[in-house]
Amino acid sequence: MNEVAKITTAKDWASDQEVRWCPGCGDYAVLKAVQRTMPDLGTAREKTVFISGIGCSSRFPYYMASYGFHTIHGRACAVATGTKLANPELDVWIITGDGDALSIGGNHTMHLLRRNLDCQLLLFNNEIYGLTKGQYSPTSRIGTRSPSTPFGSVDRPANPCAFALGSGARFVARGIDVHKNLVDVLKAAHAHRGSSFVEIYQNCVVYNDDVFASFTDKGVAAEKQLWLVAGEKMLFAGGSKGLALDMDRHMLKVVEGDSDEVLVHDPRNRAVAHMLAEMPAASFPVALGVLYEDPAPTFDSAVLVQNEAASKGKTADLQALVSKGQTWMVEKEPRPE
Amino acid sequence: MATATHLTTEKEARAHPPLEAVVVRFAGDSGDGMQLTGGQFTLSTALAGNDLATFPDFPAEIRAPQGTTFGVSAFQINFGSSAIDTAGDQPDVLVAMNPAALKMNATALREGGLIIADEGEFTPRNLAKAGYDANPLEDGSLAKWQLVHFNISQLTLDAVKPFGLGNKEALRCKNMWTLGLALWMFDRDRQPIVDWLNSKFAKKPELAEANIAALNAGHAYGETVEIGAHVHQRHIAPAPAEPGLYRTVTGAESLSLGIIAGAQLAGLPMFFGSYPITPASPILHHLSRLKEYDITTFQAEDEIAAICAALGASYAGHLGVTSSSGPGIALKGEAMGLAVMTELPLVIINSQRGGPSTGLPTKTEQSDLYQAVYGRNGDAPLPVIAARSPADAFDCGIEAVRIATRYMTPVMLLTDGYIANAAEPWKVPDMANYKPFPVKFAEGSALEPDNDEVMPYQRNADLARPWIKPGTPGLEHRIGGIEKNPGTGNIDYSAEAHAEMTRLRAAKVASVADSICDQGVCIGNDSGKLAVVGWGSTFGPIHQAVRRARARGLDVSHIHIRYIAPFPKNLAVLLKGFERIIVPEMNSGQLKTLLRDQFLVDARPVNKVSGQPFTIAEIETAIEGALA
Repeated sequence: MNEVAKITTAKDWASDQEVRWCPGCGDYAVLKAVQRTMPDLGTAREKTVFISGIGCSSRFPYYMASYGFHTIHGRACAVATGTKLANPELDVWIITGDGDALSIGGNHTMHLLRRNLDCQLLLFNNEIYGLTKGQYSPTSRIGTRSPSTPFGSVDRPANPCAFALGSGARFVARGIDVHKNLVDVLKAAHAHRGSSFVEIYQNCVVYNDDVFASFTDKGVAAEKQLWLVAGEKMLFAGGSKGLALDMDRHMLKVVEGDSDEVLVHDPRNRAVAHMLAEMPAASFPVALGVLYEDPAPTFDSAVLVQNEAASKGKTADLQALVSKGQTWMVEKEPRPE
Repeated sequence: MATATHLTTEKEARAHPPLEAVVVRFAGDSGDGMQLTGGQFTLSTALAGNDLATFPDFPAEIRAPQGTTFGVSAFQINFGSSAIDTAGDQPDVLVAMNPAALKMNATALREGGLIIADEGEFTPRNLAKAGYDANPLEDGSLAKWQLVHFNISQLTLDAVKPFGLGNKEALRCKNMWTLGLALWMFDRDRQPIVDWLNSKFAKKPELAEANIAALNAGHAYGETVEIGAHVHQRHIAPAPAEPGLYRTVTGAESLSLGIIAGAQLAGLPMFFGSYPITPASPILHHLSRLKEYDITTFQAEDEIAAICAALGASYAGHLGVTSSSGPGIALKGEAMGLAVMTELPLVIINSQRGGPSTGLPTKTEQSDLYQAVYGRNGDAPLPVIAARSPADAFDCGIEAVRIATRYMTPVMLLTDGYIANAAEPWKVPDMANYKPFPVKFAEGSALEPDNDEVMPYQRNADLARPWIKPGTPGLEHRIGGIEKNPGTGNIDYSAEAHAEMTRLRAAKVASVADSICDQGVCIGNDSGKLAVVGWGSTFGPIHQAVRRARARGLDVSHIHIRYIAPFPKNLAVLLKGFERIIVPEMNSGQLKTLLRDQFLVDARPVNKVSGQPFTIAEIETAIEGALA
C-alpha cells in the first residue's frame, strides 16, 4: 500500500464474470456497495484479496476484479490468516455467511477475531442455508420451518455481533444489504486496523424472504433502526426516541424524546456494545452502524515484530545450521585391514 | 543406522550378529528421566565413534502414577564397531530403575543378558504395584539372566548430600548416577556430559554440581567397587565411517532441517502451520526457534486451520508447510483437495503413529499409506514420498519442497514416530552439493498474448501452472475449489472441462516420475529369487536381515521405495525380475496393495502392528519362509 493506487471507479472493481445469484438476492446489493466503496479506499486492485468459504455469498470473490480465493466451507478465516501473515501488505477481505462463519467455521471465526488479524470480515446473515436449498442455520430463529426442521427449529440462534464481541473482536458493526449506509460501514471497517467484523442483514428471496422485514420495511425502518454515530446521542424514530441506561436493572431502556438521559455513543464502551448487540427485537430497535471499535495491536504486526526481533543479528547460514550441535570428526576410515 | 555413511565389508556382513555390538535398554518410571539418560548416552556413544541406532519407547501419559507398569518409560540403544541398522532385537543389558521397569522389560532381554537393578526401589509397595508376589531380586526367578543389584537410590543420596537438596530433588539425580555407571561400563569420556549439565543448569549451579557429583559417583562405583564378575568394562571400537564431520540427529530434527534447506534452495520464505500432536510436535518446536531462516510458524486453532493457513500462505507466495500425525491428517483431507484443485505448492508431513482414531499416540506404525495416497474425496492425486531413517529425512524434506514447487502441487511426506524420535549418526551434508531450484513467480507472462486475459491454468512442459502472487499488477484473477476452465481458471462445470482437468491433474502428478531417480536395489542383485520390498522406517531391520540372509547364501535382495506416488518408472521391470516378492510393513499390507494394483505382481504381505518396529529376526524368518 506504499504507492498511490491509480484512481478507479466502481466499474473497475467488477470482474468479467457473470453474476449468478437468484434475481432479487440481497447479495447483489452488497456486491454493488463493495464495488462502490473500493475506489474510495485508495487501495490498488492487485493489493486486494477477497477470500471466501462456501455458500451463496462465498461466490463473491469471482465477481471482484481483484485477487480472489474461493476456499472451502468454513475455512476462509484460516486461509486468510496464512495469506495476510505471508504478505501483510495485502488488503484482505473475508466474505462469509451465517452457516460458514458461525456453524462449520465458528472455530476459525472466533480465533481470527481474538488474534485480531488485520482484515475485514463481512458476514452475510440471511438466517438460512441458501446454497443447500433452505435448511435452517445457526442464526435462524426458534420455530424456523425448513426442509430439515419441518416442525420448526428448536435450538436457540446465535447472535453474530455478540459472538464477535465475546471472541474479543475490536471492531463490530452492522449493516443492511440494501441500505445506503452500508458503504459508510464498509469504509469504517476498512479504516480500522485489526479484524473488522461486519454483520450484514441480507435478504434471501427464495428461502427466507422478508425475514428482516420487521425492521427493514420502509414503514417501520425509522422506528426500528438505530444508526449509531460516535459522539452522538442514540436517537431513533426521527429523534423522538432514544436509548438510556436503566440504572436499577443495569440494562438499556427506550425513552421518549431527546433528553439528557439519552446515551451518547462511545464505540469504546464494550459493556454498552454488548447491550446494543443483544437488544430484544420486540421492544427495542436494531442497533446498526459501528457498535464497537477499540483498536489494539494486530496479529500480523505482532508476528512480524517478533520474527524480526528473533532474527536480529542472526544470519541464515544453512551450512552452519546443519553442522550445529555436538559434532565429531572422522579423520580417516578406521577400518582395520 | 548406517544409511550411506558407513561402508560395510563382506566380512562384517557375514558376522551374525555383528562382531562388536551391544544393546542396552534403560527402563524406569516416566519421572525417572530415562529418555534424558538415553539421549546423553547416545551422544557419548556417537562421540566415541560407534555406529548406533536408538529406540525411545515411552507411555502416552505424561506422568502415569509412580511405580506402575503402564508408567514405564524405556530407551534402547544399539551400538557397535560395524554398521548398525536397528535399535537391536534383544537387549544385552537392562538397567531397571524399579520393579515395574523390570517386569515390563526383562522378558525382552537375551538369555544370559545382564540386569542392573536399583534395589532401593524394590520395596514391598513398589513390588505390589508391579504385580510381584515376591522380590524377584531374591527369589531366583531371574536365574536365566545375570543379575546385579545395589541401592542406586541410596548411593545417589549419599553422593549429592553436600549440595543440600531436598530428598525428592536429590533422588532426581539417580539417572545421572546410572549414566555414570554406564559410561564406565563402556569406557566413555564423561566430559561432554559434564559440559551439557553445566549448560543445562547454568542458572542453578547447585543442581549442575549435584548431577555431576552423581554422574561421577556412578562412574567411580564401577571403577572401584567389586560389583560382581558380570560387570566389566568393555571398549567398543569406532565403527567404520566415511571421513567427515558427524553429528547425531533425530528424524524430527533432520526433517525440519530438510524443509528449511528446501525452502532456501527454492529461494522462498516458509510458512509452517501446525497444531500440536504426538509425535509430530517436535518439528514445530524446532522450526519455531529459527526465524532467521525466514520462517513464520503458526500454531493454529486446529488441524484444519493449520493446513488452510499454510495454503493461504502458499497462495501469497510462501512455501506453505503443515505437519501432523494420522488423526490430524484426516482432518486436513478437504484442504488437501483444495490444494490439489487450486494447484498450489504445499508440503504435508505425516509423522505416523498407531491408529485408527487416537490409536497408539506414542507408538510407531506405517498404517497411513492408504490415507496418503487415496485419502481425499474425488480424484485427487498428489505425490507421496517416505523417509526411511532420521538421516534420510533431510533429503526427503528437500525433495518434498522441490516437487511441490516445480509441479505446483501438494506433496505428502511420510515419516513415523520411530524415525521422529530415534537418533542416529549423520554425516553433515555439504550444502554446496545441493543444487538450488529457485522459484520464478509469474509476471506479465501469464497473460494470453492476444487478448490480455490472465491464464492462471496455462501449463508449462511439466504441466505445472504459473504461481501468481497476489500483489502482482495486471494478473488479478480468482481461484477456488470449484471445477474450472483449463486455461482461464474461471468456473466451468462442463463435462469437457472436468474430464480435461481431472486428466491434467493426474498427468501432472504422474509426470513427477520424470524428475526422480530410478529405483535402485539396496543390497543384492537386481533380479533373482526373492525381493524384500519396504518403505519408511522398516529400512533398518530389512537391510540387516537381507544382509544376513545373503551371507548365508540365500538369493534375496532389498528394495526400499522412497517415491510411492508416483512410483519410479523402472519399478515395474525391477519387480518383475524377481520370482517372489515379500513386503514387510508395520500395517496390514498397504504397500503390498499398491504394488499389486499398479504392477499386477504377487507381492506377499509380512505385517506387524504391535506399535514396535520389526526385529531383524522377524524379517529373517519371513525371508526363510518365502524361500522355502
